[in-house]
Amino acid sequence: MLKQYSFDKTAVQTFDAQTSLALKTEDLQVFYGTNHAMHDANLAFPKNQITALIGASGSGKSTYLRSLNRMNDTIATVTGKIWYHGVDINEPNVNIYEIRRHIGMVFQRPNPFAKSIRENITYALRANGVKNKTELSERIEKSLRGAALWDEVKDSLDKSALSLSGGQQQRLCIARSIAMAPDVLLLDEPCSALDPISTVKVEETLLELQKQYTIIIVTHNMQQAARISSQCAFFHLGHVMEYTPTGTMFSNPQIPVTQDYISGSFG
Amino acid sequence: MNAKRKDMIATVIIDLIVAIVVGILFFLLAYILIKGLPHVSWSFLTGATDSFDGTGGIGVQLFNSFYLLVLTMLISIPISLGAGIYLAEYAKDNWRTSLIRSAIEVLSSLPSVVVGLFGFLLFVVKFKIGFSVISGAIALTFFNLPLLTRNIEESLSAVSRSQREAGLSLGLSKWKTEVGIILPVALPGIVTGVVLSAGRVFGEAAALIYTAGQSAPVTNFADWNPMDAASPLNPFRPAETLAVHIWKMNTEGLASNAAALSAAASAVLIIAVLLFNLGARVLGSYLYRRVTASK
Ligand SMILES: Nc1ncnc2c1ncn2[C@@H]1O[C@H](COP(=O)(O)OP(=O)(O)OP(=O)(O)O)[C@@H](O)[C@H]1O
Ligand SMILES: [Mg+2]
Repeated sequence: MLKQYSFDKTAVQTFDAQTSLALKTEDLQVFYGTNHAMHDANLAFPKNQITALIGASGSGKSTYLRSLNRMNDTIATVTGKIWYHGVDINEPNVNIYEIRRHIGMVFQRPNPFAKSIRENITYALRANGVKNKTELSERIEKSLRGAALWDEVKDSLDKSALSLSGGQQQRLCIARSIAMAPDVLLLDEPCSALDPISTVKVEETLLELQKQYTIIIVTHNMQQAARISSQCAFFHLGHVMEYTPTGTMFSNPQIPVTQDYISGSFG
Repeated sequence: MNAKRKDMIATVIIDLIVAIVVGILFFLLAYILIKGLPHVSWSFLTGATDSFDGTGGIGVQLFNSFYLLVLTMLISIPISLGAGIYLAEYAKDNWRTSLIRSAIEVLSSLPSVVVGLFGFLLFVVKFKIGFSVISGAIALTFFNLPLLTRNIEESLSAVSRSQREAGLSLGLSKWKTEVGIILPVALPGIVTGVVLSAGRVFGEAAALIYTAGQSAPVTNFADWNPMDAASPLNPFRPAETLAVHIWKMNTEGLASNAAALSAAASAVLIIAVLLFNLGARVLGSYLYRRVTASK
């Protein structure tokens, strides 16, 4: 028998006016048809920090994350506000393609294009009008370095991206995202298909990247959340139950449901 | 009887069935080639047919078959590409889409004779185009379109959803994602389908008897202006194809060596179709290596 927790008892932090925020949602709700998958999510993400979203399977982490860059547009109904640089990007008339260039995304399964490593990075850039050869090769090098992949692939940029290992593919996907020069990076369990060594590489990459980007990462791995994130949000059955600095979340969770989840005595 | 024994018997039976199928195919091929090839010569391949008794070469028919094929593909590839992309990517899952799908299914199951007669009544008689390359090409398009559309839709749908999400998440439009990322991955499958359907079109007779016609007027192969009546490229001239020629030789061939002539023409037809099949494989895997940059 699953333990019942009250959805009224939550502990969600807010930030004072001094903290500069990259992104903030207000009463975000998501419906898949009649399935109400996300209830009133009020989260703010400080700039240049890593925020981890944790919670059991089906708790709505991906649902929430995918709403932030409007990837749920054709799948679900999303209501509420998403503030980004003072604009509510959940308005129907915002340019979603523009938004997605500013808010990049990396998926659970590495999904490089079936093209060469080089083209994986340049395809979207060229589609957006970056045609200059030197600029393109600069961007290739910069993004691959950013994703800690440059040294491994610099001599084989024209090889198929599909010939890379899973961990390399995932770092290529990260490189592909940061090549667009976004300022927020969303990652949905980016390490779940990777071995421990590749996972460490990706984590190191993310820690390095937070200097330039705001990172929101969904993870099932609590050690991972503890290792890399500064803020941590806990999701339960479509509700944000607790949102605190990561240290607090793991050492001193505020409410019973989080305590049970962290200690593993959940449900 | 234990599992291992059952397994063995099943394997033997399946092997036998496969052997029968392959055996029939090889018997047919060998029979046609052995009977026909001795009569194939350069003058047979390039010469003109005697319009009275059907003796002589098949040069014009061979040209007609290829010309009709090219014309048919020129009409049907763009249409089915559009339809396939629409169905795979843009069509919502509603009654309209399922209506379109059923329509395509029905169209693909129409007997080719019916398609031919329809083409005859509409283009040849009603629109007064007469027996012509263009009437034949349109009839063949009807016959070709559903298969190609299906093939293109399936090839596109087989590409993983995660590829689409990757494109969209980079701020690419749906169209750009489809054409720049999904289509190249699906291309080898599409090309294979196109070449295979080319083989079918090339061998089709029933749909052409009443549309492209059964006469192959001697054309002037030095005149490539499609507007000239005698030009081989003129789309309004009647154009008996190789498959129709074989059918005619066998039903009303007057020549004493009609059997040998039709055997020779059949051998040529079979070789062409085999080449299409081979070409489909080679081209498909070549393209796959090219677009995915894998060596
Ligand atoms: N495309 C979809 N269509 C309909 N319902 C969906 C869809 N995606 C998710 N859901 C539903 O939304 C709820 C939350 O799912 P979501 O994928 O966001 O969970 P999650 O926290 O990411 O889980 P996991 O850790 O397993 O990835 C679930 O009840 C799920 O059934
Ligand atoms: Mg998920």
